[in-house]
Amino acid sequence: MEQFAAVKRSKDGQPVRYLIVDDSVFARKNLARMVESFGGQVAGEAGDGLTAISEFDRTHPDIVLMDITMPQMEGIEAAEKIVQAHPEARVVMVSSVGYQENIVAALQRGARHFVQKPVKPEVLYEVIKYVLGEDGAVANAAGAGI
Amino acid sequence: MKMELIQPFINSADAVLSQGLQGTTQVASLSMEEEGYHRKGVAGMVALSGDVEGRIVLDLDPQTALRVASHYAGADLPESDDLIKETIFELANQVVGNAVSALNDQGFHFRVHPPLLLTSNEGDKSSEDVEALMICFETSLGNVFMNVALRYNKRRMADHAATGK
Repeated sequence: MEQFAAVKRSKDGQPVRYLIVDDSVFARKNLARMVESFGGQVAGEAGDGLTAISEFDRTHPDIVLMDITMPQMEGIEAAEKIVQAHPEARVVMVSSVGYQENIVAALQRGARHFVQKPVKPEVLYEVIKYVLGEDGAVANAAGAGI
Repeated sequence: MKMELIQPFINSADAVLSQGLQGTTQVASLSMEEEGYHRKGVAGMVALSGDVEGRIVLDLDPQTALRVASHYAGADLPESDDLIKETIFELANQVVGNAVSALNDQGFHFRVHPPLLLTSNEGDKSSEDVEALMICFETSLGNVFMNVALRYNKRRMADHAATGK
């Protein structure tokens, strides 16, 4: 997989920590490989919305990558509950169902961005940098950190 | 089956497979399945409900499924690995999700159900209002079959009749 300049947390230079939520093991592995190629760290995984909420409380990730169509509790509802409890949470929806109504609903209920599957690493990388804003910093090419 | 329904699925499968397998894909054949569905190997089925109802099956013979899953995993997988099934499920999900997104923006509303493993060797035959279409995509890793069986639901058909579309 293509390697990207590492995106670190500005405050302490540590890897960005991700919670990956998807009912597909395949999709979770794929996203995990991508965020690791961005210099990130997988803080936790969940296969449904309910587990995502408890995993968020346990791991306090910097970014949540959240699927929409899942058993028990769908991603948009889980995102809303997470953001209600933690207004600072950064939730990025990652779904193959990317029609306008879905995107708008996700954004209105607290998601920060939307990425359509199949995920292109370069697209997700740019979204991560955008969502982190000043809380993220790209390491220089020599790998000297932030 | 109306091409306005089927074309987004063909476009979506072409895009998902060519991006994921990092090579060109092409439609090798497209045919009606009048004698009913015959499973080829590892088959993931996604059901749709809403304005249009039915199901889409993505079906790969076992060796092609193994090659495709190994490609995505970035390593050779054993034939028994659960990740093979998971890969086909996720591909089916992506194909359907992208097609549904395009159709939704045209005014069709759906609910996409989680993928299921199709285990029976035979499927339903086409009926008066449900036609099953089989599309074979040639990829660098082997043939990928997509079986699409959809119909307008009655409410939607009534709407079409009322609006003359």
